[in-house]
Amino acid sequence: MRRPLTLLALAALPLAVLGVFFVLPVAGMLARGFWPEGEFDPGAVVEVLGRPRVHRVLWFTVWTAAVATTVSVLLGLPAAYALHRLAFPLRSVVRAALLVPFVLPTVVVGVAFRQLLGEAGPLGFLGLDGTPVAILAGLVFFNVAVVIRTVGAAWESLDRRPADAAAALGASPAQVFRTVTFPALRPTIVSAASVVFLFCATAFGVVLTLGGTRYSSVETEIYLLTKDLLDLPAAAALSILQLVAVIVLLVIAGRLRTVADPTVGRVTSRPVRPRRSDGPQLAATALLLVLVAAPIVTLVVGSLRVDDAWGLDYYRALQTEGTDEALAVPATTALLNSLRIAVDATWMALLLGLLVAVAVTRRSHSRPEHRIRGALDGAFMLPLGVSAVTLGFGFLITLDQPPLDLRDSALLVPIAQALVALPLVVRALVPVLSGVDDRQRQAAASLGAGPLRAVLTVDLPAIRMPLLAAAGFAFAVSLGEFGATSFLARADRPTLPVVIFRLIGQPGELNYGMALAASVVLAGSTALVILVVERLRVPAMGAW
Amino acid sequence: MLSLSAVTVTFDGVPAVRDASLELPDGSVLAVLGPSGSGKSTLLRAIAGLEPTATGTVCWDGRDLTRVPTHRRGFALMFQDGQLFNHLTVARNVGYPLRLRRARGIDGRVGELLELVGLTGYADRLPATLSGGERQRVALARSLAASPRLLLLDEPLSALDTGLRERLAGDLRDILHQAGTTALMVTHDHDEAYSVADRLAVMRAGRVVQQGEIAEVWAAPADPETALFLGYAGVLRGRAAARVLAAGGLPAAPAVAVRRSALSADPEGALAGEVVSARATPDQVRLLVDVDDVGLVDAVARSDRHPGPGERVRLAVDPARLAAIPEAMVSESSLD
Repeated sequence: MRRPLTLLALAALPLAVLGVFFVLPVAGMLARGFWPEGEFDPGAVVEVLGRPRVHRVLWFTVWTAAVATTVSVLLGLPAAYALHRLAFPLRSVVRAALLVPFVLPTVVVGVAFRQLLGEAGPLGFLGLDGTPVAILAGLVFFNVAVVIRTVGAAWESLDRRPADAAAALGASPAQVFRTVTFPALRPTIVSAASVVFLFCATAFGVVLTLGGTRYSSVETEIYLLTKDLLDLPAAAALSILQLVAVIVLLVIAGRLRTVADPTVGRVTSRPVRPRRSDGPQLAATALLLVLVAAPIVTLVVGSLRVDDAWGLDYYRALQTEGTDEALAVPATTALLNSLRIAVDATWMALLLGLLVAVAVTRRSHSRPEHRIRGALDGAFMLPLGVSAVTLGFGFLITLDQPPLDLRDSALLVPIAQALVALPLVVRALVPVLSGVDDRQRQAAASLGAGPLRAVLTVDLPAIRMPLLAAAGFAFAVSLGEFGATSFLARADRPTLPVVIFRLIGQPGELNYGMALAASVVLAGSTALVILVVERLRVPAMGAW
Repeated sequence: MLSLSAVTVTFDGVPAVRDASLELPDGSVLAVLGPSGSGKSTLLRAIAGLEPTATGTVCWDGRDLTRVPTHRRGFALMFQDGQLFNHLTVARNVGYPLRLRRARGIDGRVGELLELVGLTGYADRLPATLSGGERQRVALARSLAASPRLLLLDEPLSALDTGLRERLAGDLRDILHQAGTTALMVTHDHDEAYSVADRLAVMRAGRVVQQGEIAEVWAAPADPETALFLGYAGVLRGRAAARVLAAGGLPAAPAVAVRRSALSADPEGALAGEVVSARATPDQVRLLVDVDDVGLVDAVARSDRHPGPGERVRLAVDPARLAAIPEAMVSESSLD
């Protein structure tokens, strides 16, 4: 009995935070949908789900997510192989470069693609601006990194010998891949694909900036219904639908993750020199690099071109409120806000994530204990799937009255962002902690080390670097977080992504130029953090 | 003195150790011998406090330790694969328990311990640069550094290759006796048990089936399964047992366990039979002989005499290599 109690004590703080800042808002939103006038009336929800526009939105969400997932996997697999199995010059630079899109703020990605595909952009002749293709391109840009990291990590640790054995038995490289390598990687690929699908289906910033009101996914529709149309029951109905779909997807993804074949040998293989047959994979990687670089380069160039000449005017303008008082505070103030909030969100996410990771990775002594740990693990993954917009919306409608009147609290935005970053932190720490042989802790205990000392001796050295890396990731995610923040940030204390979105919605060349410059600054900050993280060489980071 | 009374350990209701009772006097080395899955490692972990006991008590000098956490029991556990802390040097690994106790003169003590295990000069190496045998020596030194009242060894040699295992087994015995440590070693290898321990407990299916001085247990295995596990080549029953016991000049018993070398080719021997197969080894020739009135038994011959299949030989019986098994045990074990 004592052990489950210790477990609950460890998990108490994270559970309380999850309860107040996640379950309560989401429940409040559910109530808004099912009890519109204080009485149980599911009719409104049913009515909303019957609207033709909702059907269009649903269909759009599903097909764009499916296509974007497929393209991401097809583009990501060759790069995963090239970057994790082959040795070539600048490999680590390319790896870091291809990881950057994943943590680029969604708003920045949207702005970059508008700049690339817009009428005046280098690819403007394609006429793709404002089409679903632009949205798909944005989603793929974002998620290829997830495929590369997840599959790459598995590929890197795949025992080379079965493939060698197959080759020795006369299998061609293609046959080796089909009969040995692919079956071993399949669980990872399916798991990566399901996570990418989840990200695509709940994407917000990209769809909002590239699709406007014409193309709407469930996520942006919730935003539009709440912010512009004030149709709260309809927004609640869509949130509920999304919540259910996401939980189902998460359960499936969790199943797929746990059935990884235990007979597949895990060793870290040394990368080998590329052979002639590796040409296509290397070419595909180079192409991907170009595809990823194009929008970013266009964005940077655009921010530096003022009236057909090079200049820093847009960057200087960041100290102002823009033309026609487009902003309430100068963009530089918003940047400072963003940094301060990110610091707060990071320590919160780390503290909670560490407690959760420790609680779920301790060895279970009985079946009920094992189940509790499994349930905890799942519960803290929920914020991953519940859209940030839903979360922000829920905050807005539930945390506005005593004793939880937090609307004006400076901690509201950091808490929301910490919850968004929490699954990432947990995913980064859990594999490391569960990879620590429990007998190491037992060895320390049997030599006389108390529980705390055992943790310091055994767990801390293992987790120091991943913890630092997770901090970097949480910081970058928080800097770029837009979904929840767009609901919660007060007009006089905006974050930089909120400012960028506001600027691109305002007329005036200077405002647009400022949006470009602010995007470059924001992208630069997150990229810097991620490059530092990449230097730490924590293999599991960014893999799902 | 360690005493276990009626210890039971269960996993989700399934008992892995049942009613195990053991006594281990100070200064002696006990080997717990059993096949894999017999619950011997679980018993060891229960003594260390790493597995909760369902019933029964673990006592040291009469004091009940059942609710004392691992790190306060004063026992050190050495794992099969050492479980060295890979980020610490050899010296810091060995000094770890001393630093926990804020002991004085750590460097000197670490030096002594490294000398004891024969690794002088290894202080600044990292565990990853050591061979398997060296790692186990470091693990042993680290365990001894804790000055444990009881040292628990979980298959300490089984991760090593054969030659090294035999050498290290002898060293282990010397080191334990030199340090005067009370130790309990779990193993599935009867040779290892014999070369390290002075007391023996045999476990099977979660139960301790026999325990005592190692020579006593060896000379009188409690039942046929134990005899086979202790390295006896076979167990003969009924008429065959009576014939072999008589030939060895021993009193009759319902069954007898026979070591491979109990029967040897000898022109003066009391038994006769026909060689079925013969295989040469460096020391002797191993025979399988169909002995009249007994049946197929193992036997040996000196290397210079090499009887071939089909040849008739006479066999002498060495009574010191036979172990009579009492009737009660035979019938009870045949119920299993």
